[in-house]
Amino acid sequence: MSTPAIEIVNLTKRYGQGDTAVDALKGVNMTIWPGEVVGLVGPSGSGKSTLLKCLGAVIEPTSGKMQLGGQTIFDNIWKIDDLRTLRRDRIGFVFQAPYLIPFLDVTDNIALLPMLAGVPDDKARIRARELLDALDVGHRAHAQVSQLSGGEQQRVSIARALANHPPVILADEPTAPLDSERALNVVRLLGQMAEQYQTAIIVVTHDEKIIPTFKRIYHIRDGRTYEEAGEGRTA
Amino acid sequence: MINLAGRDILHNWGKFVMTGVGLGLLIGVTLTMAGVYRGMVDDAQALIANSGADLWVVQQDTLGPYAEPSAIHDDVARDLLLQPGVMATGNVAYLTMQIQHAEQEVRIMLVGIEADKPGTPAYLISGRPITQSHYEALADIKSGLNLGERIRIRRHEYTVVGLTRRMVSSSGDPMIFVPIKDAQEVQFLKDNDALLNERARTTAPSRLPGAISPATSQMVNAVLVQLKPGFLDEEVAASIRRWKHLQSYTRAQMEEILVARLIATSAKQIFMFLVILSIVSAAIVAFIIYTMTMNKIREIAVLKLIGAGNRIISLMILQQALGLGLIGFVVGKTAATFWAPLFPKYVLLIPGDALRGFFLVMVMCALASSFAIRAALRVDPASAIGG
Repeated sequence: MSTPAIEIVNLTKRYGQGDTAVDALKGVNMTIWPGEVVGLVGPSGSGKSTLLKCLGAVIEPTSGKMQLGGQTIFDNIWKIDDLRTLRRDRIGFVFQAPYLIPFLDVTDNIALLPMLAGVPDDKARIRARELLDALDVGHRAHAQVSQLSGGEQQRVSIARALANHPPVILADEPTAPLDSERALNVVRLLGQMAEQYQTAIIVVTHDEKIIPTFKRIYHIRDGRTYEEAGEGRTA
Repeated sequence: MINLAGRDILHNWGKFVMTGVGLGLLIGVTLTMAGVYRGMVDDAQALIANSGADLWVVQQDTLGPYAEPSAIHDDVARDLLLQPGVMATGNVAYLTMQIQHAEQEVRIMLVGIEADKPGTPAYLISGRPITQSHYEALADIKSGLNLGERIRIRRHEYTVVGLTRRMVSSSGDPMIFVPIKDAQEVQFLKDNDALLNERARTTAPSRLPGAISPATSQMVNAVLVQLKPGFLDEEVAASIRRWKHLQSYTRAQMEEILVARLIATSAKQIFMFLVILSIVSAAIVAFIIYTMTMNKIREIAVLKLIGAGNRIISLMILQQALGLGLIGFVVGKTAATFWAPLFPKYVLLIPGDALRGFFLVMVMCALASSFAIRAALRVDPASAIGG
């Protein structure tokens, strides 16, 4: 493991100016390696979402260094279109609610990402079917999103996050709407995918049931991170 | 690449089509308003074309029989035949009135004509021309009269012997043609009391010396003139104006009077309606597209987050707006075609107007979508991430 998938050094983010300024991140340090699933745990207002947005290249940090696969992001030479391409090709997202596109069927929800990256439609759909099979929802390939159960929808959203084989996946409370068994299944699935595709996965969570499954956990409080070694069964 | 607009439309096709139908009915009303204006112009042009005249000779300083009262002696028609270039003349009298038919009041324009002379309808859809000097009539089919039917006009009853089509006044009232003598009687003959009063006045011993005797000739509203081949209408009209002290209008001048002056106010009125309806339609399209876009705000944020560019999102909204416009136009055109014949006045829907309407609707939808596109492009992809 020569190059970390994500490396953050002394990252800060300040909202507003003067007396009304709020420091959401006050010096975050984080290193995540390919194939690793890391938990990010913290109470509401601790800066989790801000950190996720910085990692997701949708907001710019105020200072500090952020590297994805050894490449520095937000060093004043990135344009909006570059960031969009970065998100499309190198970052996968899994949300608390699956947020699948309701007017596309299951296959096209996944195939859309490779298509946006310029992959021909037929190849993109083949890739989508492979991922659906890998996540045990291949039989729902032609179903509409509204016909899926909550667990199936979350599996499809994981497949979507993996569609362009990104080196990094950001999962924002992916188990929140699921019961214990399904939540553990999802985390297990994320671990398998991380190992299979050598993807670094950060899972933001409050879920006490799944926290013990991470090998490493970053606690975030008042805009600062603290690393803790977890019991880790997933990675 | 997946057509996102098409997929979204298919996913909510019922809602989308119903919205398109609603918009379509509004577009149908707009197209009909344009058709009403075209119908008015066409009625005016048909009135002129069906008369078969090259010149209209009317009372001096008047705008002619359709726009202003005009009265000239019926023997003028004979005098005009002596003018160079005049091939035929025909006296005509016009009178707008109400008649009773099938226990209903029908507003008509009564036209007095001389058989086989200018002013006689060029063709009949059934029946035969007027052959008797009195009490026969030709009726436009729009009057609701049928062949052989008898109608009462003032003192006399008339038999409908022929039917015409598209013979209406500039106000859209159906024409009923009767012999000129009968029309003169209807127009100028007074009732019995009025006749007695006038006779007493004109034969009274106190009559002033030099007072004018009652006229021996009858009055008509206009004389229609047909020209010999090779004569210019402007030249013959100028000659009549100069030597006969009467006003003479060419076909182009009469069309200008009818279209540009007589229906000008109505045309402006309709134009205002068209402008307002277009603005209302544009506002409704903008509102619908904006609402549809706002309902997809989360999907748009996700699309932006996963790397969809502004072009893809803008195109999705634009295509939906154009799709809505297309459905609206098809529904509107179909609706206008079906309900146009039900209007009491002639509604003329011409393909050119439909084509212009189509482009206008598409441009309107494209412009209206710009509000929704602006809103969509302002959506922060970060909003897809919680917190």
